[in-house]
Amino acid sequence: MLSIKNLHASIEGTPILRGINLEVKAGEVHAIMGPNGSGKSTLASVLAGREEYDVTEGEVIFQGKELLELSPEDRAREGVFLAFQYPIEIPGVSTTNFLRTALNQVREYRGLEPLDAVKFLSLMKEKMALVEIDQKLLSRSLNEGFSGGEKKRNEIFQMAMLEPVLSILDETDSGLDIDALRIVSNGVNKLKSEKTATIVVTHYQRLLDYIVPDFVHVLYKGRIVKSGTKELALELEEKGYDWIKEEVDSTATV
Amino acid sequence: MSKDNQILEDLNSKEYEHGWSVNFETDEAPLGLNEDIIRWISTKKEEPTWLLEWRLKAFKTWQAMKEPEWANVHYAKMDLQALRYYSAPKQSKKPKNINEVDPELIAIYERLGISLNEQKRLQGIAIDVVLDSVSVATTFKETLGKLGIIFCSFSEAVKEHPELIQKYLGSVVPMTDNYYAALNAAVFSDGSFCYIPKGVRCPMELSTYFRINAANTGQFERTLIVADDSSYVSYLEGCTAPQRDENQLHAAVVEIYAGAHAEVKYSTVQNWFPGDKDGKGGIFNFVTKRGICAGDHSKISWTQVETGSAVTWKYPSCILKGDYSIGEFYSVAVTNNYQQADTGTKMIHIGKNTKSRIVSKGISAGKSQNSYRGQVQVMKRAHNARNFSQCDSLLMGDQCGAHTFPYIDIANPSAKVEHEATTSKIGEDQIFYCNQRGIATEDAVALIVNGYAKEVLNQLPMEFAVEAQKLLALTLEGSVG
Ligand SMILES: Nc1ncnc2c1ncn2[C@@H]1O[C@H](COP(=O)(O)OP(=O)(O)O)[C@@H](O)[C@H]1O
Ligand SMILES: [Mg+2]
Repeated sequence: MLSIKNLHASIEGTPILRGINLEVKAGEVHAIMGPNGSGKSTLASVLAGREEYDVTEGEVIFQGKELLELSPEDRAREGVFLAFQYPIEIPGVSTTNFLRTALNQVREYRGLEPLDAVKFLSLMKEKMALVEIDQKLLSRSLNEGFSGGEKKRNEIFQMAMLEPVLSILDETDSGLDIDALRIVSNGVNKLKSEKTATIVVTHYQRLLDYIVPDFVHVLYKGRIVKSGTKELALELEEKGYDWIKEEVDSTATV
Repeated sequence: MSKDNQILEDLNSKEYEHGWSVNFETDEAPLGLNEDIIRWISTKKEEPTWLLEWRLKAFKTWQAMKEPEWANVHYAKMDLQALRYYSAPKQSKKPKNINEVDPELIAIYERLGISLNEQKRLQGIAIDVVLDSVSVATTFKETLGKLGIIFCSFSEAVKEHPELIQKYLGSVVPMTDNYYAALNAAVFSDGSFCYIPKGVRCPMELSTYFRINAANTGQFERTLIVADDSSYVSYLEGCTAPQRDENQLHAAVVEIYAGAHAEVKYSTVQNWFPGDKDGKGGIFNFVTKRGICAGDHSKISWTQVETGSAVTWKYPSCILKGDYSIGEFYSVAVTNNYQQADTGTKMIHIGKNTKSRIVSKGISAGKSQNSYRGQVQVMKRAHNARNFSQCDSLLMGDQCGAHTFPYIDIANPSAKVEHEATTSKIGEDQIFYCNQRGIATEDAVALIVNGYAKEVLNQLPMEFAVEAQKLLALTLEGSVG
């Protein structure tokens, strides 16, 4: 589904991603871990098409298409969803209104009729139950005055509504208490299918107790320096990142 | 909810969509401005002598006045002698009702999306349409007449209800109030008049639609709204003009009188031709609008969505004379390319326990300049006056300007006046967030801007709100990304 080859990206001339390789197949869950500042959010942003980043090398194929050639909105319409680490506020625009616009533009791209108000509402009701989100929150201005947890839950609600093919969750666990974490993870798990894939970015193991990954990758200084299965996450939890840093930094100097 | 999407779908043309003009036979005054022209207009309109004298007096005063230069706008002054002060479509006879109006004129309005056919019109909106210098049709006159409501063109009111006109004309905006108001008083050609009798709640929205068609012609219309004690009316104003390379002048006057316990809501969606992308052409919109809350517990509320015009100079104001009277001003002013707007309000608290509320949302894009200018004045005997002002500016790009000029003038220590102001930029972050959900950039801008202006748009009647949202989006197309 997703094939990242030798991806290099920089911001304002500073290289951040320095040769990422990653293969994600339908049905899989990949966790990307790594210390702060290693480039996890950058990778997510580059995949979603944020313009500030310059891709200097490499290619990304998503379902047979050159992802990097597409505009951010077309990537979204093709089925790439990013749950933001820091969701953005849009005053005066309710989540409902925002999602109606989004969903209908996505549908139009896919050659589907727009959903009328009644159908849209019933879809909303169904997805609201999935992530246990309160309707009141959805009629408020998008993310404005939301608590950290509410913002994250809202991201997953949007994901549920848009039914993406590839979901990238950037630190969705941060700011969530244990109950919210369980609810959000349940939502994500219910949305998983044979046809979709999930990339979970986190630096804590605890989310991975709920969203169990097929593969775990460690990102450090803009490269994937170690890959493994879920046991790797447990090992990282126990030992921290220092041993990986040392390993990488010592080979780098040789 | 469904509104937004429909609007977003409608977004395809980037050009001013009402920029066409039509050729028809006209009845015109010769070019230029002098006493003879004023007499010519007055004769044409078969006016009583008192009105001609009133005009001439205004003209004399105007001659001694100077075009104001304090506003934060810069433009080459117009040669007022090169303009025409009257231009009207030739009609063989005066239409008695809508069925007798020249189909060619009706077609103009159909093309603007305004049906004059009473059966076809959406729920209750009565409309008076003004083309260049004259009112060509007023709908629902009879229906309204049954309630004692008078809704007709200004010229007709001068003939049919001279006592009302004589009593109220110039009572809120004196003929010598300012340069443009004086000019208007001298040469105004038509406009709308509306009178709501005591205790009557007007069952439909009343509206005037202004269209400039002729070239080199100024439009100088007057609107006079009188709401007698305990009455209510909601009034709407819309306008468009053809796309021309020269600037055109629109200098209107609106006067509102509200008796005790009366309420008047006045809404404008201003869509005059703004000039092209390089700042060529466009309407100079120099308008004086003022209402007086004459009676106790009366209320006047202005809502404006300003999207068009090359230069806007406009301060819809309220004189809060009656005790417990309320004045409101809700404004969205959007400027793009080389547009300049200097707009705001004056709230003059005279009566006790008077309240005013100002919500101004400026949006600037391109190389435009957008200024809010507002005055809150609390007079000596205005005990317990309250004002709340919220002035927000939204910037798109870094070549435009947003300015706020609040003036506060308090002569009574019991006054409570609050002023809040914010300036923000449409963030790349916000647009990217929308993009990431599948929303195209232009639509993202429309969504964000409409969200920003929501508090004001909410004040508009439903159909107008939809129109206004579309216009905001259209005006800003191409300004980001
Ligand atoms: N806009 C930016 N300008 C300059 N440096 C940036 C910018 N965004 C991120 N970086 C830098 O890129 C590196 C990777 O950041 P990020 O991808 O957010 O890491 P992570 O998500 O793994 O914590 C950090 O060193 C960060 O300081
Ligand atoms: Mg991060």
